[in-house]
Amino acid sequence: MNRRVVPGIVLLAIGAYFGFVVTLATFNGITGLGFGIPTGLQATIAALCAVGGALYFLSIDDVGDSTTPAAWLAGAGIVCFAIGSYIGLFVAPPEQFMGEVQRIMYVHVPSAWCALLAMTIAFASAVLFLLGNDWKWDARMEGSIEVGVVLAFLLCCQGAIWAKPTWGVWWDWDPRLTTTAVLLFAFLGILALRRFVDDPVKRGIWSAVATIIAYVDVPIVYFSVRWWNSLHQQQSNPGTVSRQFWLPLRANAFGILFLMVAFIMLRARISALRLKTELAPPPLAEAQLGEAV
Amino acid sequence: MIHALRKEMLLQWRTRAQFMAVLVFGASSLLLFSFAVGPNAEMLRQFSAGFMWLGLLLSSTLTLAESFHAEMENRAMEGLLLLPTSPRVIYYGKALANWFQLVLLGCALFPVMVVLYDAGTTDLLRLFLVICLGTAGLSAPGTMYAAMTAQVKSKQTLLPLLLFPLIVPALLASVKATSLIVLGDPMQQLGPWIRLLAAFDAIYWSLCGLLFGRVVEE
Repeated sequence: MNRRVVPGIVLLAIGAYFGFVVTLATFNGITGLGFGIPTGLQATIAALCAVGGALYFLSIDDVGDSTTPAAWLAGAGIVCFAIGSYIGLFVAPPEQFMGEVQRIMYVHVPSAWCALLAMTIAFASAVLFLLGNDWKWDARMEGSIEVGVVLAFLLCCQGAIWAKPTWGVWWDWDPRLTTTAVLLFAFLGILALRRFVDDPVKRGIWSAVATIIAYVDVPIVYFSVRWWNSLHQQQSNPGTVSRQFWLPLRANAFGILFLMVAFIMLRARISALRLKTELAPPPLAEAQLGEAV
Repeated sequence: MIHALRKEMLLQWRTRAQFMAVLVFGASSLLLFSFAVGPNAEMLRQFSAGFMWLGLLLSSTLTLAESFHAEMENRAMEGLLLLPTSPRVIYYGKALANWFQLVLLGCALFPVMVVLYDAGTTDLLRLFLVICLGTAGLSAPGTMYAAMTAQVKSKQTLLPLLLFPLIVPALLASVKATSLIVLGDPMQQLGPWIRLLAAFDAIYWSLCGLLFGRVVEE
């Protein structure tokens, strides 16, 4: 196995250990496994290790060689997602006012985090591509935009499903909803642009420029819509949410995060391979040249 | 910079028939919007600012898409890039010319709105300021995207697809500010919206100028 994956695996293992310890402490009351570190700090360590590990895997991935790191990451994602969903659906208590409907939060909020993270990765890739002209970043940008668009679409669907029973409407012109919709359309437009441009150099530069422009727009859209109209519930933080609620939330967040990074890696690999065939000379050219001479 | 602007203005002056066509398009779309609401004068007055800006936005995609049309013929763009200036100058020349044209269009559509929706105002100075700031927000990213989509097969679809989600904040602020001017502003909310528009313009006029060099490089 490649030696470079070791730090990533170590990070993920530390994250998994502390996640496990926090779960035991929350639901079974078993403490003493956490080396005397307070539970809140343990959870933070787990979160940092998970995000760091996932991004580390993304950064060492050399798009095109092997799919093994992505497969491992996807496996970890499925495990986390299964654990989080199990706790969220069967162990965690129903919410006081919204009842069982609230359980959709365990996928809704992680999807939102990850959609935004995917767009941020796309933005970072676009900047790095423009600065360094490395095709790896073009492939990563395409992968993360596509995964981000899928997540943003899922986010809108989940939001509508949650909004109907709680607010009484499918859609509301709230800042976060509207921003997500605008984000979805802006990045869909960039994917369309990529489809229509045949020259790979122009395609890479233009979509990177468009990604930067669209990403800068996100906070402006958010604040303008907030001035315009607001109904969405206030953002919660671990201080206002009981640990029995945020534990499945975190587990699912890691699950979706790992799956997302794995999908980005696999999708970037496809882009890189496609690009390689595009940039390579057509196989017939040489034979035809020989005949002509 | 002055020369680039002068060239664009001359080009627009020589194709003024096209401007008239866009103006008629905008006015006819204003006429169509009223059919969506029905002959309810009070409601039409309420929505007048939104209709005007939507009309302006739809017409702006036509002028913006046209703005790089001339450069694509006979590879004129390459000739421009060979000039001993930075591509930034070309961008700002084009963006300023587009802005000027959109301001004209906005000023021309306003009387149409007054007549059709009975939504007039005497505060013309502030209205002009809002039209200037709002159209500046359309022109900066619009010129940028027009430079990209002009070289692409289905440019007519792609430009609105890229531009519309992006200018949501500018559209929102312009509509709100215009409707505050037309319908009255008891809460003094106009200031923040104008500041938002100005911030949007400042961000995109600088960001697009910064990135344009990469877009047109060969």
